Amino acid sequence: MLKNYLKIAFKVFLRRKFFTFISLFAISFTLVVLMVAVSFLDHVFGAQPPETKLDRTIGVFHLQMKSPDDNNTWSSPGGYKFFDRYARNLPGVEIMSLLTDTFDGGKVYSYLDGNKIESYLKHTDGEFWRIMEFTFLEGGPFTSDDEKNANFVAVINEATRKKFFDGQSALGRTLEVDGQRFRVVGVVANVPYLRTIPFADIWVPISTMKTQAYKNQLLGGFNALFLARSKADFPMIKEEFQSRLKQVEFDDPKEYNRMIGYAETLFEFMSRPLTNSRQEEPAKVGRALATIFIIMILFMLLPAINLVNINISRIMERASEIGVRKAFGASSWTLVGQFIVENVLLSLIGGAIGFVLSRFVLRAITESGFFPYADFQLNYRVFLYGLAVAVFFGLMSGVYPAWKMSRLHPADALKGVAR
Amino acid sequence: MTSQATASTTSANGAQTSTANMIQLEGIEKVYRTDRIETVALSDINLSVRAGEFISIMGPSGSGKSTLLNVIGLLDVPTGGKVSVNSKPVTSYGDKHLARVRNEEIGFVFQTFHLINDLSVVDNVEIPLLYRKGLSGAERRKLALRALDRVGLHARVHHFPSQLSGGQQQRVAIARAIVGNPRILLADEPTGNLDSQMGDEIMGVLKGLNDDGATIVMVTHDPRQSEKTERIVRLFDGRQVS
Repeated sequence: MLKNYLKIAFKVFLRRKFFTFISLFAISFTLVVLMVAVSFLDHVFGAQPPETKLDRTIGVFHLQMKSPDDNNTWSSPGGYKFFDRYARNLPGVEIMSLLTDTFDGGKVYSYLDGNKIESYLKHTDGEFWRIMEFTFLEGGPFTSDDEKNANFVAVINEATRKKFFDGQSALGRTLEVDGQRFRVVGVVANVPYLRTIPFADIWVPISTMKTQAYKNQLLGGFNALFLARSKADFPMIKEEFQSRLKQVEFDDPKEYNRMIGYAETLFEFMSRPLTNSRQEEPAKVGRALATIFIIMILFMLLPAINLVNINISRIMERASEIGVRKAFGASSWTLVGQFIVENVLLSLIGGAIGFVLSRFVLRAITESGFFPYADFQLNYRVFLYGLAVAVFFGLMSGVYPAWKMSRLHPADALKGVAR
Repeated sequence: MTSQATASTTSANGAQTSTANMIQLEGIEKVYRTDRIETVALSDINLSVRAGEFISIMGPSGSGKSTLLNVIGLLDVPTGGKVSVNSKPVTSYGDKHLARVRNEEIGFVFQTFHLINDLSVVDNVEIPLLYRKGLSGAERRKLALRALDRVGLHARVHHFPSQLSGGQQQRVAIARAIVGNPRILLADEPTGNLDSQMGDEIMGVLKGLNDDGATIVMVTHDPRQSEKTERIVRLFDGRQVS
């Protein structure tokens, strides 16, 4: 019987080419967008080298200073002085690291054989390399001693090695960046541009900055990372960080006298715009996740409604066939089963097309170079969830019209009467 | 009311036929109701059809012929009265049970054939067997080919309905009706869409099936075809007039 159903299903798909195309397009397009969106989120927030300890990592990515009358606000990444003086030795923190924000003045230029080379430079301490797990192709990281002694050493990525050294071994060789010369101590695999915390082309010690002014700044250019002993320590760390904010001694308390900020995960930090959370309040992660979930459901609901309409039309026009099958012994449930098989088959074909298209689109985005060093991967788990949802909607969209039609008296169905 | 007989007789061609009632209708009413209008399609129909009998139902358009055939074939539910098929009182049967009776006891031949154009001839003929338990694919195919052979269409098994003439399509429809070896064959104007020569051919096929023991009830407008049946039931405005 299944063979007969499948045979009929394929014939119907071929006979109603436009309906079939619309159905398959709706299913596969939905899956592609879902897969690309999830892949993007996974690429930005998922645990992957060098951020393999994300489950234990929180940070401070933004701070605000407020004036006594609240009329003036200074928003910026944190300053070295603030972190160094007030954020060290938080309870529950195993390692703390300070690093500059690559996207806050990190773009630098070099000149090699008359060519201008653009790079992203990040200044870090030695602890940074203990929190992150980079894949080293050559050498190793610089150390806390290098940072302490202001050694002009650098770790570069693979792309930079290719630009400066034509892909040859770079270990021990020097490169000039923004007018400073660094000795290469390590080469790492490229880190994707969208991994905003570790991303850079070149990593050098903080102490090699051109001026030492950073040491006196409460705000400006730095992020702090805290590797907790366990995720369970997050609340304690966050609470203690809040109490440290109250201890800040301002250079001119008449100008600014209050510091606002949060130790939070990158997702919490990034979710603020989505939930319109002001800096003065903790990030609303639950609301952000609910918003993302609702957007995804709404996105999938539209093609689902479309599928329901298409299926109703498709099944209604087959009233005569339903009448014939009932006349020759098909029960209502048997007919519902037949239409379910058809819809599941259509959904699976749409899913297969969506799978192939997703891979193609993700590869195209990766190879476009629009997001440097990105490598968008298909998340099979999410694909299966997406496919399950598509099949579910396929079932739902098929069951209602099939059941409605199957309840017809065979005599009415044979007349083509679809009530 | 017609009493149920149990004796057996031998027909003219020698086939053994039972005089038990294969179909029995008692006080059948069928009323179509909308918000404002009530249309009586059938009123107080009492009819018994013996096993192996070939009867025709005649009457003008709108007299309720097809409605009566649908009620006999369990394709439509009467508003009142009792229907028995092969001595089974089916009036109270549910959807699943009715489906089984239709599958095992009744075969249908429609005026417009009602073949599924997406399926080949042999796949169309196999349809009733799909809903019968315990048959393998090979067995279904064997029975379908045998039914097609019986109606003289063994050379067209892999054609599609649209590739056949009207007469050939009706033969396919008959093969589909008889493939499950039902005791009852219900034909709703089986020659209505055919020219007289093809109509005669189809009547010949039906007569042959009747000779082999099938009970046949045929709705027709054509007096020439009804004369070939054993008995004529006439309807007028939903009432049985003879």
